[in-house]
Amino acid sequence: MSSRKGSAAAHVVMGLLAVYFLLPFWWLLVAATKNNDGLFQSASLWFSDFHLIENLKLLFHQDNGVYLTWLRNSAFYAVVSGVGSTVISALAGYAFAKLRFPGRNGLFALLLGLIMVPATALVLPTYLLMSQANMVDSIWAVILPSLLNPFGVYLLRVYVHDSIPDEMLEAARIDGAGELRVFRSVALPAMRPALVTVLLFSMVASWNNFFLPLVMLSDDRLYPLTVGLRTWYMSAIMGNGGAATFNVIVTGALVAIIPLIAAFLMLQRYWRGGLTIGAVK
Amino acid sequence: MSEVRTESAAAAPAVAGPPPRTGAKAPGRRLASAKQSAIGWLFVLPFAVLLVAFLLLPMAYAFKISLYRSTLIEGEVFAFLDNYRQAIDDPLVRQGVVRVLIFGLIQTPVMIGIALLAALLIDAATSRFSRFFRLAAFVPYAVPVVIGTLMWGFLYSKSIGPLSWTGVNFVSGDTVLASLGNITTWQWAGYNMIVLYAALQGLPREVYESAKIDGAGQVQIALRIKTPMISSALILATLFTIMGTLQFFTEPLILQPLNPGAITQHYTPNVYAYNQAFSFQQYNYSAAISFLLGAVVFVGSYIFLFATRKRSALR
Repeated sequence: MSSRKGSAAAHVVMGLLAVYFLLPFWWLLVAATKNNDGLFQSASLWFSDFHLIENLKLLFHQDNGVYLTWLRNSAFYAVVSGVGSTVISALAGYAFAKLRFPGRNGLFALLLGLIMVPATALVLPTYLLMSQANMVDSIWAVILPSLLNPFGVYLLRVYVHDSIPDEMLEAARIDGAGELRVFRSVALPAMRPALVTVLLFSMVASWNNFFLPLVMLSDDRLYPLTVGLRTWYMSAIMGNGGAATFNVIVTGALVAIIPLIAAFLMLQRYWRGGLTIGAVK
Repeated sequence: MSEVRTESAAAAPAVAGPPPRTGAKAPGRRLASAKQSAIGWLFVLPFAVLLVAFLLLPMAYAFKISLYRSTLIEGEVFAFLDNYRQAIDDPLVRQGVVRVLIFGLIQTPVMIGIALLAALLIDAATSRFSRFFRLAAFVPYAVPVVIGTLMWGFLYSKSIGPLSWTGVNFVSGDTVLASLGNITTWQWAGYNMIVLYAALQGLPREVYESAKIDGAGQVQIALRIKTPMISSALILATLFTIMGTLQFFTEPLILQPLNPGAITQHYTPNVYAYNQAFSFQQYNYSAAISFLLGAVVFVGSYIFLFATRKRSALR
């Protein structure tokens, strides 16, 4: 900034916006240290009696320790869907960019045409189809639909097309490498930045997914965190007996987002890079 | 978006000619290209199978059942477009559509505006604080929508929330739409800021230098030079926001128990379709609403891209 006044004004605006973005987290952190009475009686933005450890105990014992199961489920769904969809997208994206086979252009045109189909519109018919195949209420009902990532395929195709010269692959073929070997040892290493991006986006999408597991699952031992916490929240508001109290839910929300934020801050380099890959046309 | 194109290395004449296409004369070569085709198909097979199973098939199935009605006496009967007619005439569908349109008309410009302001600020002010701010604004995106909404549900609470001193009821019939708008703004403004900031980073700096020499101030440069130059990124961010708004579902569903009278079972088209299917088992009607909504989002986004293609640099 050239003028000092302008720079000061800019920092004031940024300061106000930072408060807006961060204050909810501060509230959550403070609230997770209070017992239920403290939540209702003390000032909401400052600490009173410290009950965090007790809240964590309550959280992991509520409903026979189902919270830990949810946490594990969320992680499992995110890793399997993320890795699976990235591998499948990498194979397809590479083939669309570098391999010749009949129907390639038609299939890719179809993919481009379908990229804008909203995912929410597909949840209900997918549920009905999978229930006819007796596949609902299982981990596959959540994982299989999440393996499809048309946008990831498109992104990787663009990346491979623009960053891996044919000569590089041709040289490996002349050295006698088979197609799979060329893909594994030449193309994959060159695709790494784009692969990390696709992996991050699909893992976060899966970790955040709510509509699909909500519809597909009825066994609460299979719930991811998002669906599980909502059931607690609804019971708490309805005032059902034996339901998780607000302090437990607040602590559950805090525990759920800490690993995410930590991962986020550690991987922020990749996010920034990734958001621009899609932009390069 | 940034127009940086990494052209693959200038095509040097390959040592071996390109692989022969089908119809080559030697039989051995035809075999090679058949093998090539098989390999290509092997690579795309998992994706192609998923595309059919979880996109084409559900779409076709949704369309099929939307053309039928279940009746008590005759079971499933072919109703052609009756479900669609009913959906278009249904006042509850219309209310939901009007609601998401009002929501989108206000929330989209507000959020994109905040994102653009923040992006221009961190692009111009390079300080330790602006780096910290960049992270702070992005962190809400790391929180699952469900948990972000739960959090705001507590923040809005009269009994335990920090906003109770305002005396405002954040979940009354008059305020709840704005409260929902605040949640989505809080959650997505930082993400869009990063997208726009990435576009700003791709702009050539020389342009500002010459503008500065001509006597333009930072504010003028930001509004008259930088903003128009990232119009394609702005257009895409706006498009994705509108698409999300039309499908608005999770936030109202989570906050529903706070005020079921205000956040009704037909609050948005998607909430209505969900309840038609899972509260009333009206799968045919629900499929019609879903399909209609999906078609509107799909066609709308392509029209939007087409109408703005000169500026959005999409080919």
